[in-house]
Amino acid sequence: MSDITVNESTVVLAIETSCDETAAAVVMGGNDVLSSIVSSQIDIHARFGGVVPEVASRAHLEALVPVVNSAIEEAGILPSRIDVVAATAGPGLIGALLVGVSAAKSLSLVWDKPFVGVNHLEAHLYAGLLDDPTLQFPLVVLLVSGGHTMIIEMRGHGDYTVLGRTIDDAAGEAYDKVARFLNLGYPGGPVIDRIAADGNPHAVEFPRAMQHEGLDVSFSGLKTAVMNHVRRNPDVSNVDIAASFQAAVVDVLCIKTIRAAQQIGAKGIVLGGGVSANSSLRAEMTRRGNEAGFKVALPSRAMCTDNAAMIAAAAWHRLSSDGETSLACGAYPNLRLNAVPR
Amino acid sequence: MGKTPRCRANLDGAIMILGIETSVEHVGVALGDSRGIRAHSMLASDRRHAESLTPMIKFVMQQAEVSMEDLSAIAVDVGPGLFTGMRVGIAAAQSIAWSLELPMVPVCSLDAVAMNTDWSEDVVAASLDARRGEVYWALYRMRGAGAEPQRLTEPVVTSPEELAIHLADRAESVVCVGSGFQRHAAFFDQSAFANIVGPQSQFPTASSVVTLAAHRIAADATVSAREIQPLYLRAPDAEINWTTREAQK
Ligand SMILES: [Zn+2]
Repeated sequence: MSDITVNESTVVLAIETSCDETAAAVVMGGNDVLSSIVSSQIDIHARFGGVVPEVASRAHLEALVPVVNSAIEEAGILPSRIDVVAATAGPGLIGALLVGVSAAKSLSLVWDKPFVGVNHLEAHLYAGLLDDPTLQFPLVVLLVSGGHTMIIEMRGHGDYTVLGRTIDDAAGEAYDKVARFLNLGYPGGPVIDRIAADGNPHAVEFPRAMQHEGLDVSFSGLKTAVMNHVRRNPDVSNVDIAASFQAAVVDVLCIKTIRAAQQIGAKGIVLGGGVSANSSLRAEMTRRGNEAGFKVALPSRAMCTDNAAMIAAAAWHRLSSDGETSLACGAYPNLRLNAVPR
Repeated sequence: MGKTPRCRANLDGAIMILGIETSVEHVGVALGDSRGIRAHSMLASDRRHAESLTPMIKFVMQQAEVSMEDLSAIAVDVGPGLFTGMRVGIAAAQSIAWSLELPMVPVCSLDAVAMNTDWSEDVVAASLDARRGEVYWALYRMRGAGAEPQRLTEPVVTSPEELAIHLADRAESVVCVGSGFQRHAAFFDQSAFANIVGPQSQFPTASSVVTLAAHRIAADATVSAREIQPLYLRAPDAEINWTTREAQK
């Protein structure tokens, strides 16, 4: 494999297939997004009420070539301009990850360019930095999605500590479960966000678990409290329940994230992951974070949800610091934040 | 890149096919054409398909001194078989074909398994274990060594009992090959008609994938990287359950 110096003109083609979005992107110099194509499978999974791994894997394989082709076309480059091929190697659904890893390694082989296997969690941290390159370390990143809820200290590139995490459900999972219980459909996040705007967030004071101590969070009790309240009060309006549930989630996430930022003396707070597209979380974190003296960076909604531009950005940094990944790389469904695929 | 690319021949008129086999527990890669296999490699990988496949393609091509520019077509076993393994092979094969603008040949795993038998007048039953107590299978008539077998029945997934009954009903001697017979031998041991071929030939090989592809290329039966489709034969569980639930409503 050719030796490569990573610089401002290095072009990365990245593929992301860890969950239910088939995505490809072309990014130059680690932050100049030339194209970012996302083919969502939400409609395919909606009838099942959640992401079905085998259904996701099949859909990834179908979308793969068209999505990669579109990313290169939209970037307006020739394939020969690509210097690096990257793919999400974990964490995620194993069968889904393997589609992207296998494709990216093959392209790396054909073009004789380095391959980089990317940690999806690390990539979410880079999504925030992509939109605001002026951010300074140390940062506190709240990573909230259907699969993850983590409060992370980012001291520099590749230098992270998980300060807090959910001890049970991920925030997005709680949204999905409550939405299913209220018969609002799937996915739960966008629909609860939408109807909550018309409800009273103080209609029911749902519990804010562990709000007074530590940086871990828990949503399992909140979900149960919502179900119990609705069972006892069958006439209660869904709109008020949604607003009160969302207020509790947002409250806990803001309290814990700002507490973490104060503890480490952060220079800023960054949101990442699908749930950070939530309008109430964005508004409240900005208001309360600023009040506490922190700059709050909100990535665009397209950067919050899974995409390949963030994979390319993370790959660019990892290639600079750790070099390329072996072509014997597989998929690592339980990869931890600080783990680098080999 | 919408239409199927034409198959490029080398200067001496030869074609060079890269064949990929990942639909079973083994991973295999072969290079060759209708005149023979130039190189092949096989690893009993215990399902670490993705880890092994790319380095194996690299190794086989290096050893055979074949460069990417020398390739004329990409052939891949599209199943039926292990879903995850099939997808690893297809994703790799179609990425290579797409990037090199080469035609592809989808090869059925059962067609390739049938190639594991010596030529005989008898009907060949090729079967692969489909797990959950089921088997994939199809019947063939062989047409000579190295020739493309003629399919007598289309690939299906059934219980081994059903396959055993089907074979018994034919009331003729059948050569039985593939992991489906090895795994469920008890169903076929009593049959006077089933002759089970030994366990060393129970899986499809990348070499057979290449040989079969050479026949299809000669018949101009190739597809583009966008058109290639896995042959699952079985819907995802969630879809089966959902359909059942909807039917009961
Ligand atoms: Zn994600």
